[in-house]
Amino acid sequence: MVDSIIAAASVIASALAVGFAGIGPGIGQGNAAGQAVEGIARQPEVEGKIRGTLLLSFAFMEALTIYGLVVALSLLFANPFIK
Amino acid sequence: MESFFLSNIEVGSHFYIKYNENIHFHGETIIGSLFVVIVISLFLFFSTKELKILPELFQTFSETLFDFLKSIAFSQLGPSFYMQFLPFVSTLFLFIFGCNWSGTLIPWKILELSEGEFAAPTNDINTTACLAILTSITYFYAGFKIKGLGYFQRYIKPSVFLLPINIIEDFTKPLSLNFRLFGNIVADELTVSVLCSLVPLFIPIPIMLLGLFASSIQALIFATLASAYIAEVIE
Repeated sequence: MVDSIIAAASVIASALAVGFAGIGPGIGQGNAAGQAVEGIARQPEVEGKIRGTLLLSFAFMEALTIYGLVVALSLLFANPFIK
Repeated sequence: MESFFLSNIEVGSHFYIKYNENIHFHGETIIGSLFVVIVISLFLFFSTKELKILPELFQTFSETLFDFLKSIAFSQLGPSFYMQFLPFVSTLFLFIFGCNWSGTLIPWKILELSEGEFAAPTNDINTTACLAILTSITYFYAGFKIKGLGYFQRYIKPSVFLLPINIIEDFTKPLSLNFRLFGNIVADELTVSVLCSLVPLFIPIPIMLLGLFASSIQALIFATLASAYIAEVIE
């Protein structure tokens, strides 16, 4: 009984973890991409440099979502509270 | 119904190789990373064995690769230190890149294991933890070697009350390196295998291509961050 309650709670918690972890990086990546487009429109000759920096910073923002995903995965597949 | 699915998803099961009572290894990770190491070393050895003034195909490739790796280390560490840490940074990049791509490009699923399945070696958190710990050992070593005991001044900069935060940072750096690489690779492979179990043909291919792109970026990020951490210590 206790185990099934914990399992249900973990499923909800993992869904919440991924969902909320997606919000912040989504906003951040949108801002970054918008600024990059603006920069390219203003100065098309540095497009390559802007793209490189943009991809690098995207990967950093992506990492925040991935932390949420790691928490969700460990709740689903390696739950420490269920024996 | 079981045989309808081309792949089933297994998370957390491994092919254990027992050494003795207490020590056992994850067989699929060790075999996969050994394979990657051997392939990369053989390629680099034979492509640079007889250097010619007019380079052939493989030599051109290795030279381009070297220029790229040099630019990673050079842009972070600067002209006076990059040569010392170039081997470390480029080894990290090549190993992670090879591991990530081997998970997608090589059809490991042909080989059947009794338990667990072959995947990218970086899919195992032990591999990424090892790489992250190696990185932090390297920047400690770099700091001691270049600055001596003056290395500890780093902890009370810019002021003394930041000491706890600076100490915590030493632990969060390898932790975030570890989880970033591990999470990205696991996310890629899980997405691909979930899609494969829904629609086995054609649909997963764009996701696999995206995964190839993302995993090469992850290798670049890991190498860049490792050299940035070293540069932060020795500057």
